Amino acid sequence: MTALSLKNLDISYGETRITHSVSLDIAEGESFALVGESGSGKSTVLKAIAGLAPDWTGSITAFGKPRSHGIDGHFARACQMVFQDPYGSLHPRKTIDATLSEPLSIHGIGNQNARVEAVMASVGLDRKFRFRFPHQLSGGQRQRVAIARALVLEPKILLLDEPTSALDVSVQAEILNLLKRLRREQNLTFLMVTHNLPVVSFLCDRLAVMRQGRIVEIADVAQLKQGALREPYSRELMQISATHAA
Amino acid sequence: MSTPLLEIENLRVTFPTPRGEIDVVRGVSFTLGRERLGIVGESGSGKSMTGRSILKLIRAPGRVSADRLSFDGIDLRNRSERQMRAIRGARISMVMQDPKFSLNPVMTIGEQIAEALLTHKRLSRREVGQRVLAMLESVRIADPERVANLYPHEVSGGMGQRVMIAMMLIPEPDLLIADEPTSALDVSVQAQVLDIIDELVKRKGMGLIFISHDLNLVSSYCDRILVMNTGQVVEECRAGELQNATHPYTRGLVASIPRLNETRDELPVLDRSAWASK
Repeated sequence: MTALSLKNLDISYGETRITHSVSLDIAEGESFALVGESGSGKSTVLKAIAGLAPDWTGSITAFGKPRSHGIDGHFARACQMVFQDPYGSLHPRKTIDATLSEPLSIHGIGNQNARVEAVMASVGLDRKFRFRFPHQLSGGQRQRVAIARALVLEPKILLLDEPTSALDVSVQAEILNLLKRLRREQNLTFLMVTHNLPVVSFLCDRLAVMRQGRIVEIADVAQLKQGALREPYSRELMQISATHAA
Repeated sequence: MSTPLLEIENLRVTFPTPRGEIDVVRGVSFTLGRERLGIVGESGSGKSMTGRSILKLIRAPGRVSADRLSFDGIDLRNRSERQMRAIRGARISMVMQDPKFSLNPVMTIGEQIAEALLTHKRLSRREVGQRVLAMLESVRIADPERVANLYPHEVSGGMGQRVMIAMMLIPEPDLLIADEPTSALDVSVQAQVLDIIDELVKRKGMGLIFISHDLNLVSSYCDRILVMNTGQVVEECRAGELQNATHPYTRGLVASIPRLNETRDELPVLDRSAWASK
């Protein structure tokens, strides 16, 4: 079944059109990557899906239900986002407990105590962190909180915006392992934005290469691993990654 | 490399905390010629503090001590702030991580680069203008006249970082310290910025200290690498020999990086107990 479907998505910020008829179909349980350089519109696609860029035309559908342009509670239950920078995405004056309980209150879900405890355990956060503030946590721990915040509503789809680019390589490995395990355990569908191709190779099944607001190529990760992307621009990106991996 | 550019022996950086003093850099020693040295390590390993202490940029209550801290024969330990200002920028300069926070938002790019030059040299306006444009050109900015009149918010991150490099290199320093110069940039621009640094450093025969947490990046742009962990240098090796590193910390770092043709189902995670006790 198709988990997330985008059809002819044109997103604008004011007068400026950012993406040009982006169409994607992501199957349930699939992990899909959007890659491209800064300004290619890849994060904007995630923002439109999450409802943070409401000026779009075309259609966004999750599990057959179209998304409205406004605040869409049902959609939010099914689809949550993890942001790039765990130093910026957590409220500095709210405890971890408050951060994790808030989505439950908004959606009127009971049994909050048990749910917060369960979600903290599933992302590997010790119980002692529950009543701490973000500044008392390391970067990796904060990103675990950000992932827990997204998962506490038990969504089917997780939107990941560069989930590890603000972290050290050693912590990146921990978070990537965590994401892989969570996806397996909870049958999640991932849509991840990144410019790090090795991360795509580790975590994803398929990828789309974006440039100047358009998808130039959709490929299997097997093609990426063999270095068999077709478009010249994709090959260029691949080449840059390959020269850095000593 | 007959006389080293920089000699550091037993460098310590200490910060007081409510539970006593903590050494964030614990006895680091190295010498640097006109070569490219990489310092890698995780957050909190003391790599940035090492870079900053060379310029004496550690703010009170932090303290720097060393048995030897000499740059080109000058003992930096007993230099006053005033004397340090003559060295900073002119002889040793530093490229910071994020152009968004390190450029002055209310000065045009041309003015800022000119300021870096005029702080250290007396030149005519005409000459300054020419040098600024030439410098912008050498960091591969295609139309320097236009860019010199822009404000930092009007340029992209990659261009901002190139502007910063131009600003740092225009007084023609002998040593450039680049502290995570490309972490705020995306991969395609990263390579461009590093190539520029690399080319300019080679052409002017400068020394480079490249501080980063990205092992691959460091190993492809440096001659020699110091690996730091908890304030100490745990391993030193030639850049090409990183794969043969012996220390468990270095090996752990190398292994935890995903590869382009990744086949492992799970990435190895650092087991900190292996060396934390030492």
